[in-house]
Amino acid sequence: MRSLTRLPLFAAADHRGGVAAHVYQRARRPGTRDPAPSRLSFRLQRLWLTPAVRALTRIGVPVFIVVLGLGVWLGDQGRRADLIAQYQDLKDKIEHRPEFMVSLLKIDGAGPEVSRAIRTMLPAQLPASSFDLNLDAYRDTIRKLDAVADVTLVIRPGGVLEADVTQRVPAILWRKPQGIEMLDVTGHRVATLLTREARPGLPLMVGQGADKAVPEALRLIADAGPILPRLRGLERVGERRWDLVLDHDQRIMLPEADPQAALDRILALNTAEDLLARDFTVIDFRNKDRPTIRLSEHALDAFRQVQSDSLKVRASQ
Amino acid sequence: MTDLYESQRAMRNMRKAAMQRGVIALLDIGTSKIACLVLRFDSPGGTEGEGSLAGHAAARVIGAATTRSRGVRFGEIDAMAETERAIRTAVQAAQKMANTRVDHVIACFSGAQPRSYGIEGAIELQGDQVSESDVGRVLAACDMPPIGHGREVLHAQPVNFALDHRSGLSDPRGHAGARLAVDMHLLTVDDTAIQNLIYCIRRCDLELAGIASSAYVSGISSLVEDEQELGAACIDMGGGATGVSIFMKKHMIYGDAVRLGGDHVTRDIAAGLQVPMAVAERIKTFHGGVHATGMDDREMIELGGDSGDWEKDRRQISRAELIGIMRPRVEEILEDVRAILDAAEFEHLPSQQIVLTGGASQIPGLDGLAARILGQNVRLGRPMRVQGLPQAATGAGFSSVVGLALFAAHPQDEWWDFEIPAETMGGRSIRRAIRWFRDNW
Repeated sequence: MRSLTRLPLFAAADHRGGVAAHVYQRARRPGTRDPAPSRLSFRLQRLWLTPAVRALTRIGVPVFIVVLGLGVWLGDQGRRADLIAQYQDLKDKIEHRPEFMVSLLKIDGAGPEVSRAIRTMLPAQLPASSFDLNLDAYRDTIRKLDAVADVTLVIRPGGVLEADVTQRVPAILWRKPQGIEMLDVTGHRVATLLTREARPGLPLMVGQGADKAVPEALRLIADAGPILPRLRGLERVGERRWDLVLDHDQRIMLPEADPQAALDRILALNTAEDLLARDFTVIDFRNKDRPTIRLSEHALDAFRQVQSDSLKVRASQ
Repeated sequence: MTDLYESQRAMRNMRKAAMQRGVIALLDIGTSKIACLVLRFDSPGGTEGEGSLAGHAAARVIGAATTRSRGVRFGEIDAMAETERAIRTAVQAAQKMANTRVDHVIACFSGAQPRSYGIEGAIELQGDQVSESDVGRVLAACDMPPIGHGREVLHAQPVNFALDHRSGLSDPRGHAGARLAVDMHLLTVDDTAIQNLIYCIRRCDLELAGIASSAYVSGISSLVEDEQELGAACIDMGGGATGVSIFMKKHMIYGDAVRLGGDHVTRDIAAGLQVPMAVAERIKTFHGGVHATGMDDREMIELGGDSGDWEKDRRQISRAELIGIMRPRVEEILEDVRAILDAAEFEHLPSQQIVLTGGASQIPGLDGLAARILGQNVRLGRPMRVQGLPQAATGAGFSSVVGLALFAAHPQDEWWDFEIPAETMGGRSIRRAIRWFRDNW
């Protein structure tokens, strides 16, 4: 299969003046070998063209070598520990870069006691890396404080951890055998109060389970506008209904269902007949179809006197 | 006969396996070159029951290689080891181009003295309609001609079916009738040539999935459809042998070969001008012709040489002299072809188109010479297009390998595509017993 080359022409035109002739000669290449592939190379090439073999050598063998090398290298305990230590070191270095450090805790919207409590709850000593601060856990811890309704934690650039606290607002006082608690509108505890005089503006309630009906109590208080100056407090009876306790040892027993309507009715009666100015001990409104008034002893005596007098007068006539 | 049936059937199964895998190699073992194509089937299995009985598939060429042939004379393998190396070279290059491994090969060769027989057989149908087993039975009912010792059947194609008085059926299955007759074309070649070919291909770690006659497959590729239908002869002028195949109604009805080809022309030039064979081949390719004109006397060809003798190395001949050497040999080839066509009674065909193809048909002016010797309707044929065929393999010299591609994609029904009926099979005694029971109880 050697190529034929065209040699330069020695005699371009012959003696007969003919067309330029062509010379052909074999290119000399000593020791040319058989161009046919040997049986071995033929077989090897066919093997190489087999898809399975190809896939095995192109993917299987490199993967095997890499896995084997890694396995041998990591087989040693010391090398493995070194590698892990290096990794940890690198991780620490990156985490403790100044860009990621938190150096200041700024608390908004909280009183001094709450602020102090939040500061002591901080899981790490400042300055600390922001990777070490688990803000979700910290937020949950802060929310466990009774005085805190909600808190938002943000890490601001410059390494400031900003805690935006929404405090619970006390709405009512609850006298218990152990002392006085302040509750917010939902009935959640805010703080303990040592004396009633510390918060004279807040209404008072007593009785077991009163904290579970705080919204209802607040509605009743809001409704009871005209008699508010006389109102001493509310009492939860049997964890189901309210008594309005007025001064002069008077009380109004409200029904379990719809106490507001009952109160409105009493207030209407009061406006019409000046009911509350009478000398009674209890107005029982528990059954709204059959309201009852219990007079005081003095009033009862007077009532009887009046009745007997009138009887006498009638008899004497 | 049964051995041959079994071996051809085994090759058919191999071809089916190759189609399942989707890749098959086609090998044209010629005297001057060995060409190899790698064919990929896009739809393995093909669409069954459409057209031919054996099914067909869409195919495209993904690898092609040609190498100089070695150890082949007259289209037959002469030196086994040399041929084996040449086959390895071609297959390796084609595999490399296709980037896939090929295990199955369909080969064709032109020599081995093909001989044609027309045989016929007839049976009475058992049912009302012709079934597939009836086709198998009628094919088995053909009388085997005395093909002689040491001959092997290469092609056995049913050419025509006749049912009662109706003839010219291409597919008799499902037709109603009583008597089914078949005309079959049988092409036999020398046994040893096939054995040598099988041995060479086995030595290359390849499986032989089919053998075809080169004359037949080049006819498939270079005759257009109406020529195949109306009657035409394809003359495949190769290096060592010139194949002749006559087609009628899309079937080969005659095949033969002349043991002369382009290599003999080269040999004549080399002997006549005292130049090496390679130089003679080169001169033939560039300056050859068969019609001398006045201009050719003036066109001088430098012969060259490195004998050291200045007089010998500076020789020049005119083109007319070259033509004077070539023409008698080409005429001899064509006259032998003419004798074959006469023997085949080619002149009785309705259309007498003659198509010249093969590497040696590229001699300028050959069609004019062939028209004088063979008949008026002569044209030069090139193989038809196959998808993916490289430009280098579209010349006339590649018509047989392209024909192989068509042969592989659209195989002709052969006798061994049909189940041989049980009674003619020697060893199937159990099936015979079952059949006897079924017939008698």
